[in-house]
Amino acid sequence: MDTFAVIHARGLSKVYNGQVAVEALDLEIAEGEIFGFLGPNGAGKTTTILMLLGMTEPSAGTVTVLGMDPCRNPIAVKREVGYLQENMGFYSDMTGWQMLAYIADLNGLNPRAAYGPMVEAFRDVGLAGEEDKKISAYSRGMRQRLGIAEILLKQPRIAILDEPTLGLDPEATNRIMDLIGRICTQRRMTVLLSSHQLHQVQRICTRVGIMIKGKMVACGPMDQLAREKLGIGQERYSLEEIYMKYFTEV
Amino acid sequence: MHGLRAIVAKELADHFSSYRFVILFALIAMVSLITVYIVGLNIREQLAEVAKPKLVFLMLFTSAGGFFSLVDFVAFFGPLIGLIMGFDAINRERNEGTLSKLLAQPIYRDDIINAKFISGIILVAVVLVSIVAVITGLGLITMGVIPGVEEIARIAIYLLVSVVYIAFWLGVAMLFSILFRSVATSALAGIALWICFSFFISLGAGAVAKALTPEAGQDKPEAMLRRAKIQQSLSLTSPMQLYAGASATIIDPMRRTTRSLVQMGMMEQISLARFSAPLALSQSILVVVPYLISLGAITLICFAVSYTVFMRQEIRSL
Repeated sequence: MDTFAVIHARGLSKVYNGQVAVEALDLEIAEGEIFGFLGPNGAGKTTTILMLLGMTEPSAGTVTVLGMDPCRNPIAVKREVGYLQENMGFYSDMTGWQMLAYIADLNGLNPRAAYGPMVEAFRDVGLAGEEDKKISAYSRGMRQRLGIAEILLKQPRIAILDEPTLGLDPEATNRIMDLIGRICTQRRMTVLLSSHQLHQVQRICTRVGIMIKGKMVACGPMDQLAREKLGIGQERYSLEEIYMKYFTEV
Repeated sequence: MHGLRAIVAKELADHFSSYRFVILFALIAMVSLITVYIVGLNIREQLAEVAKPKLVFLMLFTSAGGFFSLVDFVAFFGPLIGLIMGFDAINRERNEGTLSKLLAQPIYRDDIINAKFISGIILVAVVLVSIVAVITGLGLITMGVIPGVEEIARIAIYLLVSVVYIAFWLGVAMLFSILFRSVATSALAGIALWICFSFFISLGAGAVAKALTPEAGQDKPEAMLRRAKIQQSLSLTSPMQLYAGASATIIDPMRRTTRSLVQMGMMEQISLARFSAPLALSQSILVVVPYLISLGAITLICFAVSYTVFMRQEIRSL
């Protein structure tokens, strides 16, 4: 590979109480890539993500993230990787600003040094002016954007976003996806994006992986997958068709 | 380290601004004010028959005013402070989804429970110290007696013992908040344990001791003594008894022993009363130390169990 693989997994497996959640997963994500991570609910996407972050230990296989082993060195990995979990929680009686200040504190940024990045993060996600509202008064879309601001604040090299558009209306979904695409290219972050919004994924991602029942059934640039599966010209395919094709095959 | 400090700061801010804390503080302040008021009114009568009163200031804390003394109050209801501070420490974060957010930050996993425990202890210490300070101040005004160095030292040790005692209950509450997913369940479990330790153990110890020494009676002093010993050791399984034993000797130096039953004749009692003098501070400390160590040990056991359970839990189930 000509570019440096920031995430590298080989034969990664996870067994929960005798149930196989992830089976022999191979994954390479290059620096600067926006990788779409697709698959039905319960396919093992979140488990894979947790293993990448060292938040759960693999049953077999190896992972390196930025050349580090997340199981041995989870703190160093988490310092470089921002993670937006699905159904994330907030301290609802904090204001947005307090929440972000807490995250900065947890990341070891002192308040003085964090001020600039915090203002910038609020501006980048379009929450400027909403900092002093309580999070309980935020709409779902605003909370999701606050979650992204938390990641930006850390200025990570990799951002892992687990269903950032879950439960959002179409307009908010569009805004979040645009935001992710724009910011990640601006800040040159590598992104692993797990989502069910196939149209949006097709719009912003460079490469996709499709995971079904714990196995990665397809992984590569979208046109390549389209050629392999649908055998039609580059301009006409949609990711949805590819996805459904794989889905019905398994 | 920054993780621990950040979480402690946030937890303290949360505690101090919560209604829960305000209500608790108001309640405790109210009780201690009433106690000190009644004690202040009665203390003159209590001292009337005493030839040479010693360590009068400590009577503020030990003499039962209307119903109970402050020391009794802390022994009974101190556990509730610990339980209230800790019963939702972990499971609330889990239910709100903030726990996995914390774990995704570059901090150690144990920082979370360490920080919650530390902030709880800080809070308990603030509550106790301020109550004792208020009582001391009011005592100065109402009684006009100035505490001596020894009395201040005794009050300080009493505070230390009380903080350790409430820390035990905080540890229990945190353990339940890790074990049980539902906040209501962990609160109930804590209260159940409190009731068990506070009431049933002392009742049960009496019943068991009675059953084991059926021959005991007025004419059989050895059997009576054995019964008292059995009851004493059984009731020491309750942290409340440990605390009562420790705090009584330190704050009430006129008591020479922590045992409830001492065999002596009428004449001995009268002659002893003539020479009644407080136990020296160093001797009181000697009596207290084993109790304090036992209390510290059960607190640590509790914390260690929470620690191992929490460190082994799968994130997926968080």
